[in-house]
This record gives sequence, C-alpha cells and structure tokens, in this order.
Amino acid sequence: MSYAITIGPRRYRFDDLKTLLARATPLRSGDQLAGIAASSAEERVAAQMCLADVPLLTFLNELLIPYEEDEVSRLIIDSHDAHAFAPIRHLTVGGLRDWLLSDAASSHTLAAVAPGLTPEMVSAVSKLMRNQDLVWVASKCRVITRFRNTQGLPGHMGVRLQPNHPTDDARGIAAAMLDGLLYGAGDAMIGINPASDSPETIHTMLALMDEVRQRYAIPTQSCVLTHVTSTLELIRRGAPVDLVFQSIAGTEKANSGFGINLAVLAEAQQAAQQLGRGTVGDNVMYFETGQGSALSANAHWGVDQQSCEVRAYAVARHFSPLLVNTVVGFIGPEYLYNGKQIIRAGLEDHFCGKLLGLPMGCDICYTNHAEADQDDMDSLLTLLGTAGIHFIIGVPGADDIMLGYQSTSFHDALYLRQLLGLKRAPEFEDWLESMAITRAGKLQAQDRQQALLQLMETFR
Amino acid sequence: MNAPLPHSGISPITEDSWQELASHTVARIALGRVGSSLPTRETLRFALAHAQARDAVHTPLDLSALSAALQDLQLPSLQVRSAAASRAAYLQRPDQGRRLHPDSRANLLAAGVEPCDVLFVIGDGLSARAVASHALPLLAATLPLLQQQGLRVGPVVLAAEARVALADEVGECLQAAMVVMLIGERPGLSSPDSLGVYLTSAPRVGCMDSQRNCISNVRPQGLPYPLAAYKLAWLIRAGRGSGTGVALKDGSAAEQGWLDLQNRLVAATAQAG
Repeated sequence: MSYAITIGPRRYRFDDLKTLLARATPLRSGDQLAGIAASSAEERVAAQMCLADVPLLTFLNELLIPYEEDEVSRLIIDSHDAHAFAPIRHLTVGGLRDWLLSDAASSHTLAAVAPGLTPEMVSAVSKLMRNQDLVWVASKCRVITRFRNTQGLPGHMGVRLQPNHPTDDARGIAAAMLDGLLYGAGDAMIGINPASDSPETIHTMLALMDEVRQRYAIPTQSCVLTHVTSTLELIRRGAPVDLVFQSIAGTEKANSGFGINLAVLAEAQQAAQQLGRGTVGDNVMYFETGQGSALSANAHWGVDQQSCEVRAYAVARHFSPLLVNTVVGFIGPEYLYNGKQIIRAGLEDHFCGKLLGLPMGCDICYTNHAEADQDDMDSLLTLLGTAGIHFIIGVPGADDIMLGYQSTSFHDALYLRQLLGLKRAPEFEDWLESMAITRAGKLQAQDRQQALLQLMETFR
Repeated sequence: MNAPLPHSGISPITEDSWQELASHTVARIALGRVGSSLPTRETLRFALAHAQARDAVHTPLDLSALSAALQDLQLPSLQVRSAAASRAAYLQRPDQGRRLHPDSRANLLAAGVEPCDVLFVIGDGLSARAVASHALPLLAATLPLLQQQGLRVGPVVLAAEARVALADEVGECLQAAMVVMLIGERPGLSSPDSLGVYLTSAPRVGCMDSQRNCISNVRPQGLPYPLAAYKLAWLIRAGRGSGTGVALKDGSAAEQGWLDLQNRLVAATAQAG
C-alpha cells in the first residue's frame, strides 16, 4: 500500500510503509548510506505528517519484512498480545504520541500496554517525538529486573563496571575492577569484553570475577562478553556463568551474521537458568544492540536503521533480559555522524526499549573517528539520567583501553547520582555501606586498610 | 561574598589510596576526584589524548614506504585502493571501502599471480600508524610458521582506504584459499596504534563477519608479535580443515607452544626491567 500527502504545490508519495518510516526518520548518516533517507527537509516532515495518520492496526497487517522470510517478523506477530493492545488499537501513530504524553498514560498503564505494542509501532511514534517527548515518556516507564540484586526501581540507576584489558591480563582487570568498586560502580554487573575468544582465557576471567564476588560477598553478577555458543560450551564445562551475553539485531539475516538465531538464544537462556545462580531473580540474559548493525551486515531489507534496532528489542524482550545495552555511538560516523545524531539515537533507543518493557541501558559513547566529544556525552548522560535510564557503563576515566572508544566513567556516574539523587541497586548499596565505601550513599575517602585492597595480594 | 576562600596549600582533590594499582594497567585508574568530578589535570590529560587520536585517524598511510620495506624482506607486493575516493568518503561510506576500485580489480586480475594457500592484505583501516608500526613485524614473525606448515603464500597486497571485507574481493581475484587482513583498528585514547588481524577462508565478495576469525590489539603493549603470530598460524592450520568463522574456536592458548612463548616473553621483560 502506498501513502501520499500534498504540501502546497508538492505531492509526496511513499511506496510502502517501510519507505514512509525511513523518510520520516530524523536525519542520520546510516539511512543516507542506505539510500533511504528523505531527500529534503520538507520531504521528511511530509513523511512525518503522513505517518501521524497511519492507524496502528496497519502495522499488524503490513509487515516491513515478510513473515515467511524472517523469524524476527514471525516472533513479533506470533507474540503480539491482542488483549494488551485493545485499549490503543483504535489509535493512529500521531494519536499514540498524544496518548503517551497525556496523564492517562501512567507507569502502570504503560506497562500493561507494552505487550500490545510492536517494535514498528514504537519506532514509528518515536519519529514524531522530540527529544523532550522521548525523555518524558521514558521517565514514566518502569521495568524491574533481578538476578543477585534488584534493578530499575524508581529513582535508581545501575552501572556496569567494565574493567577491560587489552590482553585480558588478570592483574590489569582486577586493578580496574577494584577502582570501579571503590568508586561505587558495579551494581548492574561486572562485565568484561575479552580480547581473546579462547575458551580457556574466558574461563579464567569468569573464575576471577566469581572468586572476587564470593570472597567479598558482593551482591552483583558477572559476565564475559563472548559469543553465545562459547558461553554454552563454558556452561557445559562447569564455568561460573551468571549472565549470558549476545549482540543481537532486528532481522534474521543480521542475526545470522552474528552467528545466532532465536533457538540458540533460547538454549542458552535455559542452560543459564538451570545453573540457578541468581539469588533474587532469574533474568539471565544480557543483550547489546546498536543502530546500524543490520545495515552493516547488509541485512536491513531497506528498513531504516532505527526500526531495525527496535525490532532487535522484540528479540530481547522474548528472553526476559536482566539488562539491554544500546551501544549507541560505537558503530561509527557512517551510521551516526556526530554528537547530535548520537544524542538523538540514544534517546530514541532508550525510549523505544522502555516502552516495549525492556530494562534499557545505554553505553553513552563515541569513537575517535566520529564528530563528537566529551561535551556531547555529558549532554546525553544528563538527558538519559532524567529519562530514568536503567543503567550506564562505567569505564576507568571513560577510556576503554581494550575496545578503543570513549564511554562513561565512574566519575560520570557519580556526577549523575549527585545531580539527580539516583541510587544504586539496594542490595549493592547496602554492601557498599558495609564495606565503608559509601556512607549514606556518598563516596568516602579510603585508606590503605580498606579490605578490598587486600585483593591485590592474591596477584603478587 | 562571604564564602570562605580556599586556603593555599590545602588541595580540594581527594587522592586515591590505591595509586600503586596503576602499575598493573594503562587504564585510567586512581585518578582522584574533586567532589565527584575529575581533577583539572585529568580532564586536560584526557583532552590531549583525544586530540591526538583525532589527528591519527586523518593521517594517510605511506604505501610506497611499506612496499620498499617489503622488498627488503624479499617479499613482492601489489598496491590497490578501495572504491572510496577520499578519507571523507571512506569514513562515511564503508560499502565503498569494502570493494576494490575498478582499476585495482583489473590490475589484480591481470597480475598473473599463481593461486596460493594464504594471502596477506595490509590495509590502512582507521589507523595508518598501527599498520606502519606493526604490520611488517607481525608478517615477519608469521611467515616462518607458515613455511613449517608447507603453505604457499601469495604476494602481499597493500590497500588504501580499506575495510576488512576488502580482502574478500582481493582474495577472490587472486584465487587465495585463505586471506589474512592486517588492518589499523580504530584508535583508542591509550592505543592509537592497535593492529587487527582478520582471517577468512574461501574469500569472496559477500562473505559475512561470522565467517572470519579475529585477533585484535596486536602491538607490543597489547598482544606481542610472537604470540599474535603463533595464534594466527594456529588459526590458519585449524581453519584449513574446518573453515574459519564462529564455529572455529581459538584453542592456541591451551597449547604448550603458547605457554613457552609467553614464559619467554615474561622472562625477557623481567630482564629488560
């Protein structure tokens, strides 16, 4: 079905729904790279006006990627909850925006409606929303997840401690981990991106983190971000696996580029849950996503990169993850060119994930070949803090020496906590108090008697 | 008006008591804080590193110098460029960086190169500095290991404005059974010169990333040349049987040869220290 609108002397025609969505997307380099972006500013707004009048029901009938050819499309349609959808089924995309912003859309109502929303509806409405709309509606969404602590409570924000080291050196990782813990970071999880994909090395890192966690009774969870099939193998070998990591995308073909499908994710989820390592919950999955991954794998079907991204959230949602992380600026300037595009994308991803019911965090980051800097990250950090972000990343000094990009630092998290009064996961906050790392939530100066520092003796 | 002025000699910086841990990693740990924020010295140190990394991205790779150095090693080389016409195009159009310029493709097809077991492509990627510093030492460390396996190695192809997948087309044109791309990784603040290695069997245009194996962060302060070479030779031997990709798990670190090398490096470092 085609869509059309007349603006003054010009008539704009859009061949199908995915073209309409692509043309309505706020400007970004990835859609230009794909050749699907609006060709003028007026065409973009024309598409947004046209999109505003599209009934939500259309998204259940006109699929962006054919049901027969894509298992993500099948997942979206087959798991759609008609009952949850009922209160909004009469709305258009523009009507959905109005409703989301209204007082009628309370935290409770939004959570109830979430299973009735498809990624495409959510992507569509985000294209009609300004940054403040994305912040406000996301701030109303509440998603609570649990493994060894409780995350997503109102007024709380987690930090993933990311103690990466370029050669996976145990002492280097332990030093960064201690630095993070002493700065009050690590409640979302301690997660290492390994340089190696060798199972032996990864097993060693898992054992290291587990040993530290048990020795100091830290109520958090750990993860080494290796391919899901490697994690499955490590589980079989008896490695201490808390969370299963995987990068996911929004099309079957892009996932196949990652070497995964829904079946292997289900297998891994089940295997990790059977270990029974969670103490307060069994959300065992940790997913990473990012706009541009489907295009990068040449697996986007002509769908705009943001809609592809939100389809990845349908994959994530199916596996009740503890954390979902959009690594927003990591992919590079060919997809998100500058600070403005990265900020916009970060707010979109967070909003769309939260609206679909996901524990959405963001790796607020950029690479050195993007037109962005720390000032842009400060802006996105502050905006996402006000939007109620589930968790952010904590890297020593914002400089990831393994992945070669800039993320947020332990200091950044402290800044946000003091600015907005955001607390850590309660179990972790209690632990920090018990270790005298914080007092009444505030970081304390440490002397050399701090028990955590004894850890390094192990490595001498 | 009446707020107390800071006393001279009393620093508002809370220094961290674990500064000695910084000897274990180049990560920015134990930075200290002013309130919750970074002290002035750290915020400026970071700004300088970022400025240098930005400059590194835009420095071009000297292909002629590389070619001359290869000649000194008795290694023939060919030069190609991708379809990206400029650095600006390269940064914004990865699709162009993955395909050969039509002239380069024609040159390769006409070069009369014999089919080989392993073909090395050296591409600038996002850090020409990484390639200029580490590509040849890694190559020199790897070639003897491949000779031990009795493998035929093709001429080295030097590629400008190259992405990883450019090696697929190069390998396809030159009928290589496997292709190894040595490429500059995007520069980090502490590692502006990190070399990435991508191994792909049966290279052809359209190969997916899941069909490759990767060794990252090759540089003396990262994964040193002898270990990277050992790993690469291991993956090549294993990949020749089963094909490369996510199904091929790197088992090199479990081997005695790896441990011996590692011990030798540690001993050498200790001696130097």
